[in-house]
Amino acid sequence: MKKSIVFIIMMGILLAGCTETKKHTKGVYMLLDTSGTYALELQRARSILNYLLGVLQPGDTLAVATIDTGSFSEKDIIAKVTFDERPSVANNQKRAFMQKLENFVSAVKSSPYTDISGGILQAIEYLNEAGTGKKYILIFSDLKEDLAKGHVRDVPFRLSDFNVIALNVTKLRQDIRDPKLYMLRVEDWRTKVEGGGGGWRVINDLERLDNIFAK
Amino acid sequence: MEVFMTFENLLNITPNPVFSFLIWILLALFTLYLARRPFHKSVMSFGRIIRNAMRLTANSLLLAEKNLVRRNREVLMAAGLENAERALEREFDRVETAISRNLESFPKVNRGLSEIIHKLEEDYKKSEDVPPALPNWMPVIESISKIKNSGDAVVSNMLTEINKSLNEQHAKAIESYRTDMSKRHTILNKMAAPWQQVMKHLGDMNRSIGKITDRAKRIDKYMEDYEKIRKKEDSAARTLSSSSLTQFFISGFVLLIAFGGALINFNLIALPMSEMVGGASYIGPYKTSDVAGLVIILVELTMGLFLMESLRITRLFPVIGSMDDKMRHRMIWVTFTMLAILAGVESALAFMRDRIAHDMEALRQTLAGVEQTKLATSLIPTVGQMIMGFILPFALAFVGIPLESFVSSARTVLGVVAGALIRFTAFSLRLIGNVIYYLCRCVVNIYDILIFPTIWLGSLFGSKGTKSSKSKKKESFKDSGKIGVVDREDMATENKV
Repeated sequence: MKKSIVFIIMMGILLAGCTETKKHTKGVYMLLDTSGTYALELQRARSILNYLLGVLQPGDTLAVATIDTGSFSEKDIIAKVTFDERPSVANNQKRAFMQKLENFVSAVKSSPYTDISGGILQAIEYLNEAGTGKKYILIFSDLKEDLAKGHVRDVPFRLSDFNVIALNVTKLRQDIRDPKLYMLRVEDWRTKVEGGGGGWRVINDLERLDNIFAK
Repeated sequence: MEVFMTFENLLNITPNPVFSFLIWILLALFTLYLARRPFHKSVMSFGRIIRNAMRLTANSLLLAEKNLVRRNREVLMAAGLENAERALEREFDRVETAISRNLESFPKVNRGLSEIIHKLEEDYKKSEDVPPALPNWMPVIESISKIKNSGDAVVSNMLTEINKSLNEQHAKAIESYRTDMSKRHTILNKMAAPWQQVMKHLGDMNRSIGKITDRAKRIDKYMEDYEKIRKKEDSAARTLSSSSLTQFFISGFVLLIAFGGALINFNLIALPMSEMVGGASYIGPYKTSDVAGLVIILVELTMGLFLMESLRITRLFPVIGSMDDKMRHRMIWVTFTMLAILAGVESALAFMRDRIAHDMEALRQTLAGVEQTKLATSLIPTVGQMIMGFILPFALAFVGIPLESFVSSARTVLGVVAGALIRFTAFSLRLIGNVIYYLCRCVVNIYDILIFPTIWLGSLFGSKGTKSSKSKKKESFKDSGKIGVVDREDMATENKV
């Protein structure tokens, strides 16, 4: 009798061990550039976020943060959520999240500097803490970093298991004059990300958002 | 470069390269001639080894195939016997039921018939009372008619009176006779209805007996089949085999339909299950909610199987079939109750699914930024899903019937397929072995064609040598007959194999 009880307990533990949650979940950290004229692009970011809210499943994590003068800060996180395991609760969380974003977009103020690296470092920290299975950092920016005086961002990224996706990388005026500048800028970020062990992609066509989770 | 230099050196053994080349050719031919016999032997041995190995393998495979066919036949016959026994048992049951039913009603019919016959007898007896015949007036009339009318008024009056009273009496007698005859006819007329009843009873009995006779004929046929199977006749094996194939395909088709039903069932409950067990946990690579949904369907299938088994419709689990009736009835109720509970659960899940789907659709519309259309408020889809959720488990319960047929026929079909595969493999092995063997022979012949000048010279010198010495003759005979010897050896080996 004792043996069978022990066996049942062992089987229970074994089955409980089999249920994995974290491994299959996605963690998405989206950085929104609010510097200068790019702040005007934020309306487009809404459609991306709506897409993300539509595709993310119960158990997934989503956080949205701004890129401003000093992005390496929790204060820059506009909204964050880990969706409940029950679909009905997760749907309500999505509605609340959407409302928060709408409030933010309608009241956003542009920042004088662009600290993309700080935002990425913050994203790495947040997603590592969340412990999701797949980690995505979405950068909604023109990728033109402009650090304020005294800000140091020479910390190497540790991006193994991370996918960094640049969205809507707009061409600046000088890029139109000399496309090499644009290419160099994108290439520079690719080197930084891939150097840190992460995957790098650029999606400029917002009609192809399904490519975000293609890999 | 080195090879080229070496080749150049080879051609420089004499001042004339052509001459050097010819010398090398002659040397090569001579060497090949010397190596001819060992080469022949080794190539032919190789061919024989491969062919014999292939043949041996093919033979053992054919032996295995024979065993398999025998085993298949035994299984087929056993299954056929079981089926025939079941059919016979069923027919006997039906006959028993028919006989007991008829015998049960027989006393009633018998009593009815006796009553009717008794009544008929009474009626018959009543009708037997023959009405009194008309009085025997004729002799009297005759004797009176002989009285001569002498013109006497008295006589004339008397005759007139007699005639009058005679006529009156006659009329009365005829009236009485007619009345009696009418009564008799009425009695006889009443007898028609009992006769019809008798006919009906007898007709019913005839029909019942006819049915029993039909069943008896059917039993005879089943017995005939049973005997054939018991005697393991080829015709029975053929019939059973073809029946198995038909069963296999039909039951396979029905199982596919059932699989489709199970899939729809799964889709009905997978989403709401995530509301119960969570949509983010996984067992291995599969969502726990999906696994839970699948488990529910499998449990329903199992309950259905047990129910069918308890009802003795299928015979997949002999333990259940051999239970005593009381226990079996309990089992029927338990499995049916569990099935009903699961069907209720599924129905509730289907309702929940509808709600979640509504909520998701509303969220999607909000996210898409489109104006929210009023989602269909009709209860029909919800009720439809709930009914489907309730009915499908019961429908799946019947999967045991085709499953049993599939399992029993699959054994035969797999046996047939395996037998065919083994035969094909054996044939292929023999073919490969023979092809390799004859390729070796071909190589030997090509070798001889290449060195034919030396063979010709060899035979020429060999034949001259025969004239000089007997031993040389023997050698020469051996040499010239080498191919023949090898061929004969091969033929002998081939025959042995």
